Amino acid sequence: MENLYLISFGEIALKGENRPFFERILIQKIKQALRNFENIRVQKTHGRIYCLVDGPREEVIDRLKKVFGIVAISPAHECELNMDSIKATALSVMKETDYRGKTFKVETRRPNKSFPLKSPDVSREVGAHLLTNLEGLKVDVHHPDIEVEVEIRERGFVYCERIPGPGGLPLGCNGRAVLLLSGGIDSPVAGYMMMKRGVEIEPVYFHSFPFTSDRAREKVIDLCKVLAEYSGRMRLHVVNFTDVLKELGEKGPDELLTILMRRMMVRISQEIAARVGAKALITGESVGQVASQTMEALIATNEVAKMPVFRPVIGFDKVEIMDLAKKIGTYDISIEPYADCCTVFVPEHPKTRPELEGVHEAEEKFDIEELTKTGLRDVEVIEVV
Amino acid sequence: MREVYLDNSATTKVLDRVAQTMYDVMTKYYGNPSSLHRKGIEAEKLIRKAREIIAQALGVKPGEIYFTSGGTESNNLAIKGAAYSMRRLGNHLITTAIEHPSVLDTFKQLEKEGFCVTYLSADGEGFVDTGALQKALRPDTILVSIMYVNNEVGSIQPIEEAAACIHQNKNTLFHVDAVQAFGKIPLVPGLKGIDMLSISGHKIYGPKGIGALFVKEKVRINPLFNGGGQEQNIRSGTENMPGIVGLGTAVEEAFENLSSWRKIMRDLKKRLKDRILQEIPDTVLNGPDTDMNGSGSSSDTINEAPHILNISFLGTRGEILLHTLESHGIYVSTGSACSSHKEGRSHVLSAMGKSPEEIDGAIRFSLSPFLSMEDIDYTVEVLKKEVAEIRKFVRR
Repeated sequence: MENLYLISFGEIALKGENRPFFERILIQKIKQALRNFENIRVQKTHGRIYCLVDGPREEVIDRLKKVFGIVAISPAHECELNMDSIKATALSVMKETDYRGKTFKVETRRPNKSFPLKSPDVSREVGAHLLTNLEGLKVDVHHPDIEVEVEIRERGFVYCERIPGPGGLPLGCNGRAVLLLSGGIDSPVAGYMMMKRGVEIEPVYFHSFPFTSDRAREKVIDLCKVLAEYSGRMRLHVVNFTDVLKELGEKGPDELLTILMRRMMVRISQEIAARVGAKALITGESVGQVASQTMEALIATNEVAKMPVFRPVIGFDKVEIMDLAKKIGTYDISIEPYADCCTVFVPEHPKTRPELEGVHEAEEKFDIEELTKTGLRDVEVIEVV
Repeated sequence: MREVYLDNSATTKVLDRVAQTMYDVMTKYYGNPSSLHRKGIEAEKLIRKAREIIAQALGVKPGEIYFTSGGTESNNLAIKGAAYSMRRLGNHLITTAIEHPSVLDTFKQLEKEGFCVTYLSADGEGFVDTGALQKALRPDTILVSIMYVNNEVGSIQPIEEAAACIHQNKNTLFHVDAVQAFGKIPLVPGLKGIDMLSISGHKIYGPKGIGALFVKEKVRINPLFNGGGQEQNIRSGTENMPGIVGLGTAVEEAFENLSSWRKIMRDLKKRLKDRILQEIPDTVLNGPDTDMNGSGSSSDTINEAPHILNISFLGTRGEILLHTLESHGIYVSTGSACSSHKEGRSHVLSAMGKSPEEIDGAIRFSLSPFLSMEDIDYTVEVLKKEVAEIRKFVRR
């Protein structure tokens, strides 16, 4: 059974010259999200996308809710271009919703000017038809609970539901970035937030077996699977970080170990970014959350970055990040008890205010270029779908 | 790469003969023993045979063996079943601080339901003191549950003395969790003085998901499940045919080879223990410290299981060592999860008074008779190298 969905997009509509570009990407993403269904037809009209699909309504809506750029999804009914058909369809649309004790108004759009009645007249007739046939319904043209939308184009459409989509911009319209993904709560959320702004992400995970177990790696793959629901696919880069970690652990000063480690992670991630055509890094850092995320620590980490480092949750409280994680479905995976970097390397008292001078001095003991190569020697690429 | 499986107390590999029997049951003798036709009778006969084998191994009657889904269920059935059915006679229960969670947590639940529970402590080698048991016994004690062999450190508890103690109380039932003892060491002949005893299939080279509970003839316990009334109404549910027959076969093997397997494991354990303690600095034995003479004479004073060895490598973390060994094909388990949190730490080692560092660096090696001396020597060599390596990174 074919179902029709009207899709509204928000921000894209505000774009000027580039609007067709954004719309094209969005249509492509919608088709990709619905690729498992039969008979997909996606059409663009002015400020709307029409989507005809064969498939269970709930599943289709679930998929569309994960397409960035979509502001709302409205399951719609089609009708003939005559008033009887429009009225009957409006009545059945209304009967599908919980209308009792609610207020409503009818809104008509008539791009098809060959239709004899004007928009306000259509609205009035449809409204009257609904009022006479339904109990407990009131009109309120200013703040209605339910807005019945009638569109008169080459065919007629009636709908009243608006299911919110994720908003944002279509994925890929804003380039690509490498996400430093740990098994924690924050980094998947940071990834999601950038994806919402149209940035494709390539996650990098630093695996340090035997200091962490292979279960930690599985956990990160599971996190990628959740994020991939929004993008259709994802390429995870698993860096074998053990030798780098050992070298740092052996020669580095305890209290700076975390900072040195993070600087190495940035260096290695940048190399991977260059390989995959990514132009920025994304981290889940939130200022002041832990010792390695104080202003000074962030400065020390940032110093080695040659490209922008996006930190979308920088100003979020832990609770706010947790709420978002729950919303996008990564929270339950993130809290599984497999540490992403064993506590062995976390000193009793890390320096919370590392000075760059001290950091530089500590790094003199290492051949940084060689160490970066060591980290890149064994990178496993996993296609997550 | 050589594979050395030293985690036989977690689970074991099924013997080929056991697997073959199970395959035949699943594909040829697939009847429901409750069915009235020939297929049902055929299945019933197979169950009877398995029940007889297990009863014979324990020196008890076939009618005293009830099949369950494993050790956890056997423990739950015995403890809850006895506590609920004996409640009118008293409200006091006794167990130990070093039991398996399937026993400990069951008692914790009964405590919430209003029973009064005494937890006996263990000494530094993992033994429960029968003197303390004697003191804890009250006229209103209805159940005592003590494990036969501790699963983490391998201490064999004084079950016979405990049974004698408990026997003075007419209304007190004695349950023994023998999951780590059955098929590994000789048990009390005829299970004298024991009212209930739990066993499990997958610890003795049998399948997972099958176990049994011995319940002495005149002991009445309440079932956990309602249903079709199988297993004399004590454990409803269609019998797990392949599991039951597989368990029977595994028990047959284990008891035919009990003394030879025991001797092999003892020698392996002695070699592993001696070499680690002598050749790797800062190692601590957790558990019984009897000097086993390698002659294999089964003296009655031996109170450590032949297959479990627990050693702390100070200045390491058990979990890191575990993963390191794994990369060399050696599989062990730890005394605690890799965390600075208390919750992750082994309750057994804590009860034995071990220090946090000893607990964090604890590794359990559990043996099988299918290992060779070369396997042990390979393990020791890897340990020597890797323990030193890890100690470079772990801040003490």
